[in-house]
Amino acid sequence: MTALALERLACLRGQRLLFEDLNLTLAPGEGALVTGPNGVGKSSLLRIVAGLLAPAGGRVVRDGAVALAAEAAALDEEKSLVAALAFWARLDGQDDETVAPALAAMGLARLAQVPVRLLSTGQRRRATIARVIASGAPIWLLDEPASGLDTASLDQLAGAMGGHLAAGGIILAASHQPLGIDLRELAL
Amino acid sequence: MSPLLRLVARDVVRAFAQGGVWLPLVFYLLVATLFPFAIGPDAALLGKVGGGVLWTAALLAALLPVERLVRPDIASGAIDQLVLRGLSDEGVAAAKLVAHWLSFGPPLMAATLAAGALLNLDSAAFIRLEVGLLVGTPGLAALGLAVAALTASLRASGALIGLVMLPLAVPLLIFGASAGPNALKLLGATSLLFVAGAPFVAGAALRAGRS
Repeated sequence: MTALALERLACLRGQRLLFEDLNLTLAPGEGALVTGPNGVGKSSLLRIVAGLLAPAGGRVVRDGAVALAAEAAALDEEKSLVAALAFWARLDGQDDETVAPALAAMGLARLAQVPVRLLSTGQRRRATIARVIASGAPIWLLDEPASGLDTASLDQLAGAMGGHLAAGGIILAASHQPLGIDLRELAL
Repeated sequence: MSPLLRLVARDVVRAFAQGGVWLPLVFYLLVATLFPFAIGPDAALLGKVGGGVLWTAALLAALLPVERLVRPDIASGAIDQLVLRGLSDEGVAAAKLVAHWLSFGPPLMAATLAAGALLNLDSAAFIRLEVGLLVGTPGLAALGLAVAALTASLRASGALIGLVMLPLAVPLLIFGASAGPNALKLLGATSLLFVAGAPFVAGAALRAGRS
């Protein structure tokens, strides 16, 4: 069963202790919103949970695949949006049919054939979230998913997150702005 | 298809689409063209030094794609995405090595058909050179990948790449250009050592770059 637990997690970045003794347990259908000022370690926390960064103490217990939407979109610039997303979807063991609904969910269906390098900041952000949706992973890690999004896209993001939780997924998001969805708050 | 094969296919397609293949090739042929101009139209002399000249040209051409091997994928977050899907850094590095050789070695051997004619190589020297390149270019590609991963986090890596990579490539140059009886075996041994070691060096560099 999908589950995510952080046990006494500590993070050390360049001699500086960002946080310690952090505990959190998320069951299927639950989400948490990490809040706090800049530089407090929100992105580092998400990278630790994703397994990209080793914690200075404590451990992450993760049951289920993770999908991370970080600042970098990780989409090949010269490819069309749909081809760039399909590369990751195939890597995640999904077939190409998962890409179109993910694009539609973030309002990108009309941009499917546009090369990634021509997308605007907000469109890239939405494409990054579409990559997470298409991954089919039960645990979503979203780093500032709402930055640069317009009102309509914020609604689409909230809709996608709500749908994921309703389907028994887990979300751990870090954001400065409200995401339009009720999540447990974790202040760093 | 396994994830690593997908990564190989992606990197090869990107290399051909973005000029990563053609730039070293054109450079290699340019150097091969420059030497007859510099040395003069002495066919016998050109045929004698031709093998060494082309190995030097191959070595210099191998420097060109290095800066674009690893750095863009770190910047775009692609390496992060691969690693959080459970691929090891060494696996990613090995896939990148295979892709890099495929888009560097065989095209270089094809260009040698023209370059060898420019330098008036006789058929024996020509075959020796092609076999040498077949054995040696995997080592060159491995060296390029390791240096690319090691220098990916540095700001001005362009000049450093040459300084780090060229001295390490000297054994490949010596055994590749030599006509001695055991040169090819020593070239193979050197190349194998680089190919075996590069994924671990590059993998460790990728991992260290994340923390």
